[in-house]
Amino acid sequence: MLAVTRSSLPRVPWRVCRAAYATAPSLNPVIEQDIHHFSKILPSTSVVSTLSPVASPASDLDQFNNDWMGKYKGQATTVVKPKSTHEVSQIVRHCWERRIGVVPQGGNTGLVGGSIPLKDELVLSLANMNKVRSFDPISGVLVADAGCILQSLTDYIAPHNHIMPLDLGAKGSCQIGGNVSTNAGGLRLLRYGSLHGTVLGLEVVLPDGTILDQLTTLRKDNTGYDLKQLFIGSEGTLGVITGVSILTPPAPQASNNVILALPKFDNVLPLYKLVKQQLSEILSAFEFIDRTAYELAVKHGQGRALSDEDVRGAACFVLVETSGGRREHDEEKLNHLLETLLEAEKPLINTGVLSQSPAQFSSLWALREGVTEAISKEGKAYKYDISVPLSSFQDVVDGTREHLRSKGLLNDSAVKHVIGYGHVGDGNLHLNVVAESYSPEIQAALEPYVYEVVASHRGSVSAEHGIGSMKTHALHYSKDEVSIALMKKIKEIFDPRGIMNPGKVLP
Amino acid sequence: MRPSKACLLNILVPVKRAVDYAVKIRVNPQQTGIDTNVKHSMNPFDEIAVEEAVRLRERLKDQVKSIKAVTIGPPKSSETLRTALAMGADSAIHVEIPESAPSPEPLAVAKTLRAIIERQSKAGADSGIDVVILGKQAIDDDLGMTGQMLAGLLGWSQATFASKVEIDVEKKEARVIREIDGGSEEIKCRLPVIITTDLRLNEPRYATLPSIMKAKKKPFEKLTAADLGVDLTPQLETIKVTEPPKRVGGGKVETVDELVAKLKEAGIKAV
Repeated sequence: MLAVTRSSLPRVPWRVCRAAYATAPSLNPVIEQDIHHFSKILPSTSVVSTLSPVASPASDLDQFNNDWMGKYKGQATTVVKPKSTHEVSQIVRHCWERRIGVVPQGGNTGLVGGSIPLKDELVLSLANMNKVRSFDPISGVLVADAGCILQSLTDYIAPHNHIMPLDLGAKGSCQIGGNVSTNAGGLRLLRYGSLHGTVLGLEVVLPDGTILDQLTTLRKDNTGYDLKQLFIGSEGTLGVITGVSILTPPAPQASNNVILALPKFDNVLPLYKLVKQQLSEILSAFEFIDRTAYELAVKHGQGRALSDEDVRGAACFVLVETSGGRREHDEEKLNHLLETLLEAEKPLINTGVLSQSPAQFSSLWALREGVTEAISKEGKAYKYDISVPLSSFQDVVDGTREHLRSKGLLNDSAVKHVIGYGHVGDGNLHLNVVAESYSPEIQAALEPYVYEVVASHRGSVSAEHGIGSMKTHALHYSKDEVSIALMKKIKEIFDPRGIMNPGKVLP
Repeated sequence: MRPSKACLLNILVPVKRAVDYAVKIRVNPQQTGIDTNVKHSMNPFDEIAVEEAVRLRERLKDQVKSIKAVTIGPPKSSETLRTALAMGADSAIHVEIPESAPSPEPLAVAKTLRAIIERQSKAGADSGIDVVILGKQAIDDDLGMTGQMLAGLLGWSQATFASKVEIDVEKKEARVIREIDGGSEEIKCRLPVIITTDLRLNEPRYATLPSIMKAKKKPFEKLTAADLGVDLTPQLETIKVTEPPKRVGGGKVETVDELVAKLKEAGIKAV
């Protein structure tokens, strides 16, 4: 229903659009009396506000009011940085009583504006909650404050030969609480599964300030409704995650990777099938980069390029990573696979390169991971993070390119590139449209076109980036009316006053 | 000892298997050495040497008759040779030492290489080595002497720390630009020559899958020190290996006086 009205609206830049989803009118702004109250709960260094008596310069709030892409901008006057669950609870209870909107914020590395206030809500930064609570090297269960940075957790458990079950580009800034509340995917999902499986327990401050303690370390617990699952991926709309208990797998003892050059996209799926069969449990990544994405990564210095000879005739590339417990075993499997590939009568691949050292291993990964950065250097990106059946990856990319061409937008002054890359293993395609600048015409050509294409494949409009404020209007392309109505009821039960991250996720 | 008469080059590339440079080095609990149960790869300077040999062939075409890689090391060093073969070397010699044997020192390595070069020249008039390209140092022991010692033992020209190499096969001459303090130096030397590589010489290629497969079928010879009549027993005895002292964080001082007092306390005096 909403879509009909929206698509019939005149197309205006997103910033103006967002006014339509602004904070519910019943919410109150933060005022001086609130600052006084927060100052009683928190030390003075933990309250940043442009209001008196704190009166910080507005620039101190910039990093909390803006996202890293410079796409979303909030007008929060106040940021609080509690150090303990108890402090979070006191702050949230006050906001509940005063009906002040609360935006929980982790590393602020999201892509859909989920951690940026829509108006002048209170920003609750978890950055100061950064202690590891416990780690059991036998079971591998890690219990940590929500504000722990993913990389620091990785470093913490590395001496115990464990790794975090998730890894993503933003690992140096993103926080585990944010990862969980957005159900972040990333590069290890193929191997270790999603956070719905690896998170064992959560501690959450509910919208009225009550502390929900489900911070268990049990792997098996079939006792009633699994409430923690509701908070995983709810993007802070149901409560503030303050502690996370997560199962970490043992660190692989050996890793290898190989980039394969394919003559046509149609070969990706048979290749995936063969690779899965032969590598079996040591397969840890199967990533797809189309030729345009590869060229961009090389152009912007992400990883060392393959030789011209190896690239010739390649329509796309696949990066395969193995990680296992014993190098000889892994290499034997990998070598056998590569021999099968090269000696096949109808080869699926043109050629490929196998990393010979950790330096080359990183260089090959950089070609894939560097695509995001290369795109931001090339121009302004419209990013669509979609799940579609593997077989339609290329159709979606080519279809979008043709659609833009038919609208006369595919040229140097409008859209420069339409590229696809992503996690084939998870059915997750990153469709990126790189333009000279953001413009209403391009926006109108892409939406709802892309969402409709996704819906036609019964795909997801947000595979791993979430909904945030960017895609609330598109939720219905992936979730039917019954589902959305139930989601709204759940929100109503947890947060009848609508103070938690208002304007996010639900339309 | 002199190279072949025909105008065709035979290149020898000695390579070493070393702890990969990305690995964090840890001293073993007995303090007799480092933990070697970590990822190893080809010494990066040697990788540059292999790449340069392959590039010489790409430039000089048929004038390069052969590129032979050689290593002295434990059984696993054969992987390093496979990498060299995958990058484009034609054949390999592995002078194998037992897993537990100490790492040979530069003089012993140079003498082993000399023995191999002599063996090659005895094998036929057109198989004598004309050019040896090797890393300027190995990143594990950082000794940086093997190339120079080999040149000394053979009485050949030496061009160390090369950042550019050109070879005129007809004139039997090499022009090499060397990295020196404050700039670079261009030298001309007669073949046969020992060239040691510096970082800027080239950027080694990836090993492609077809070449990795082909490498498995290339000639691969295994020898022992005894076969070559050399003694690899080290002349030096390692007494103890320790980690550098841990960095201690600094402190903050409130005033200049306090700073001066702290400096005095630390025994620092005005000059």
